[in-house]
Amino acid sequence: MTIQIFTPQDSTACSVGANDVAEKIQELTQSHDVEIIRNGSRGLFWLETLVEVSTAEGRVAYGPVDEDDVESLLEQGMLEGAQQHPLSLGPTEEIPYLKKQQRLTFKRAGIIDPLSIEDYQAHEGFEGLRNALKISDQEIVDTVKESGLRGRGGAAFPTGIKWQTVLDATAKGECQQKYIVCNADEGDSGTFADRLQMEADPFALLEGMTIAGIAVGASKGYIYLREEYPHAHQILNKAIEIAIENKFLGDDILGSGKPFDIEVRLGAKSYVCGEETALLESLEGKRGVVRAKPPLPAIEGLFGQPTVVNNVISLSSVPIILAKGAEYYASYGMGRSRGTMPFQLAGNLKQTGLVELAFGATLNELLNDFGGGSQSGQPLRAVQLGGPLGAYLPKEQWDTQMDYEALAAIKGVLGHGGIVAFDNTVDMSEQARFAMEFCVEESCGKCTPCRIGSVRGVEVIDKIRSNNNRDNNIVLLSTLCDTMENGSLCAMGGMTPFPVRSALQHFGEDFHQDPPSQLNKS
Amino acid sequence: MNKPLTSDTTVATATLNAIEKNKHLEGSLLPILHQIQHSLGYVPKESVPSIAKALNLSRAEVHGVVSYYHTFTDQPRGETIIEVCRAESCQAVGGRAIEAAIKENLGIDYDETTEDGKFTLEAVYCLGNCACSPALRMGDDIHGRVTPKKVDRLIKKQREQD
Ligand SMILES: Cc1cc2nc3c(=O)[nH]c(=O)nc-3n(C[C@H](O)[C@H](O)[C@H](O)COP(=O)(O)O)c2cc1C
Ligand code: SF4
Ligand code: FES
Repeated sequence: MTIQIFTPQDSTACSVGANDVAEKIQELTQSHDVEIIRNGSRGLFWLETLVEVSTAEGRVAYGPVDEDDVESLLEQGMLEGAQQHPLSLGPTEEIPYLKKQQRLTFKRAGIIDPLSIEDYQAHEGFEGLRNALKISDQEIVDTVKESGLRGRGGAAFPTGIKWQTVLDATAKGECQQKYIVCNADEGDSGTFADRLQMEADPFALLEGMTIAGIAVGASKGYIYLREEYPHAHQILNKAIEIAIENKFLGDDILGSGKPFDIEVRLGAKSYVCGEETALLESLEGKRGVVRAKPPLPAIEGLFGQPTVVNNVISLSSVPIILAKGAEYYASYGMGRSRGTMPFQLAGNLKQTGLVELAFGATLNELLNDFGGGSQSGQPLRAVQLGGPLGAYLPKEQWDTQMDYEALAAIKGVLGHGGIVAFDNTVDMSEQARFAMEFCVEESCGKCTPCRIGSVRGVEVIDKIRSNNNRDNNIVLLSTLCDTMENGSLCAMGGMTPFPVRSALQHFGEDFHQDPPSQLNKS
Repeated sequence: MNKPLTSDTTVATATLNAIEKNKHLEGSLLPILHQIQHSLGYVPKESVPSIAKALNLSRAEVHGVVSYYHTFTDQPRGETIIEVCRAESCQAVGGRAIEAAIKENLGIDYDETTEDGKFTLEAVYCLGNCACSPALRMGDDIHGRVTPKKVDRLIKKQREQD
């Protein structure tokens, strides 16, 4: 029987040598009956390159494999699934990091060949779409509402309610066009769930967008993809081609008479274009400047037409909701945070990667049980949750449950689920300065508090750090944060104060010493 | 030093090609600019009037879009673009040292090009490679778990390829 060897084509896996590993395996197994499959990643990135081999008892894993390890792995019986080699990890599904997860949206990630539509369908792919085609548009929207799904892009707005607004809105003009826009700008540092999803299971996103289109009466979808993701770009374009060939996209989806097309558009390195109205401006071919709301994009969005703007993960979670029912999805989670969230462990952790869990887990569980503590061996000191506009949380807050409301209560945000850990060598005044600097770099320029306030913020923090009139400048920094919070149109200017204030509040000692900071503060 | 400017005919051809290929799209300006940036390595000022005319926009509008986005540059850059991640996950595992190592190796700062025209250095804010930070991108290849040593090796390898 042909032995299948899985070596990911995911761009993070390739960033640490997966292509070289795959080539080496190919070269050294020429006389064997093997098939090398370039799967997506399982999301256990600290183990990349993770090589898997199919055996009669299921898939077994080896990792992290370097090109130079391939020869010894083969000598020690990798093709038979032998487990003597130091890089042996046993059956993949039994690796605790994976076994303890609740994979719904990411259930196929790393298991299938991302561009095999047969693989996709053999793993429940397009079941959601088939169900959606059997019920009315209103019933689809109701199912999404009942699932409790809230947008995973950051603002956590209920997806079903957004869809309802677009379903109820009337499109203008002769063309009667409504749009589905997928926000694949994934600008938050510390996040990679969208990328992993698109590279590992692109058909799920296409399926989710198609269901959205059928639900609200839109026949055109755009994926606004950040330019920094060249590999995802290729995969999406190929997946769209394959879906068209197989009638899952096009003029007549699965014989239903309903049309839906998807086109990928590239961003151009602007963080603020992840904000939905700036994104729409950019798609229209303009400068990515934030629009004032109202009107909501759901009523007047792309080219003035009713538009659903949803994140990659929100849309990719729709197929399973339609396949297994709203109740199934809503049975995960806590309070008003239903379903699962792909947490992304990044920064100074031993075991970085994607952890999909029901809402309700604590940060401590994620950092320690999954993350395995710091990579450096030094104690962890600060965690930035929810991207560059998210607060820095000190140890005392790490037992907070990952739930939108619980986090809001401590002025934290979950955002897109990024978790960046820092050890005790971090200088939090430097991090606060960076938050302001990032705002200078990425502000769209529309509001003065954001555009000018951030420049002032950098200057003031520099003065504090060099002990120039320190106490007065700390007061000034706080006033400046108030102005930015109150006078900005969007979260860029409005939330840049979150990391700054939290650094000042919880790590004040770093603002009261002269740089360069000493080590071992905690 | 910057790379020499591209000849007038090359610019004109690339601009026309990009317009022809994308003009029919809704919101076609970004796709047109991407194609020109990709084929020439920059969006020459000379491209702006033809784009404006084809899309029925003013030159100022087209110029405004070119200058707004970090991706588009109106000057030629080096043969290989190196983008170093400056964002938080990479900072947490030595990213600032990587920035310094690259600047030292190439002898340039951000948005500068090496004397020989081979490399342009740019800052990037997250490559989605945060689970294997620190990260950088060289051309279309992303590299993870980068160390100062690996920086030197990658640059050396790239130089040898040319
Ligand atoms: C400055 C800024 C950047 C944003 N970046 C992103 C992004 O990269 N990806 C994303 O999905 N949402 C981003 N958002 C949130 C979007 O505005 C919007 O809420 C989201 O696309 C809606 O989709 P969802 O309801 O499925 O989350 C950003 C918001 C702001 C203010
Ligand atoms: S807060 Fe900043 S990014 Fe947002 S609209 Fe105002 S200037 Fe633009
Ligand atoms: S923060 Fe550097 S790759 Fe994401």
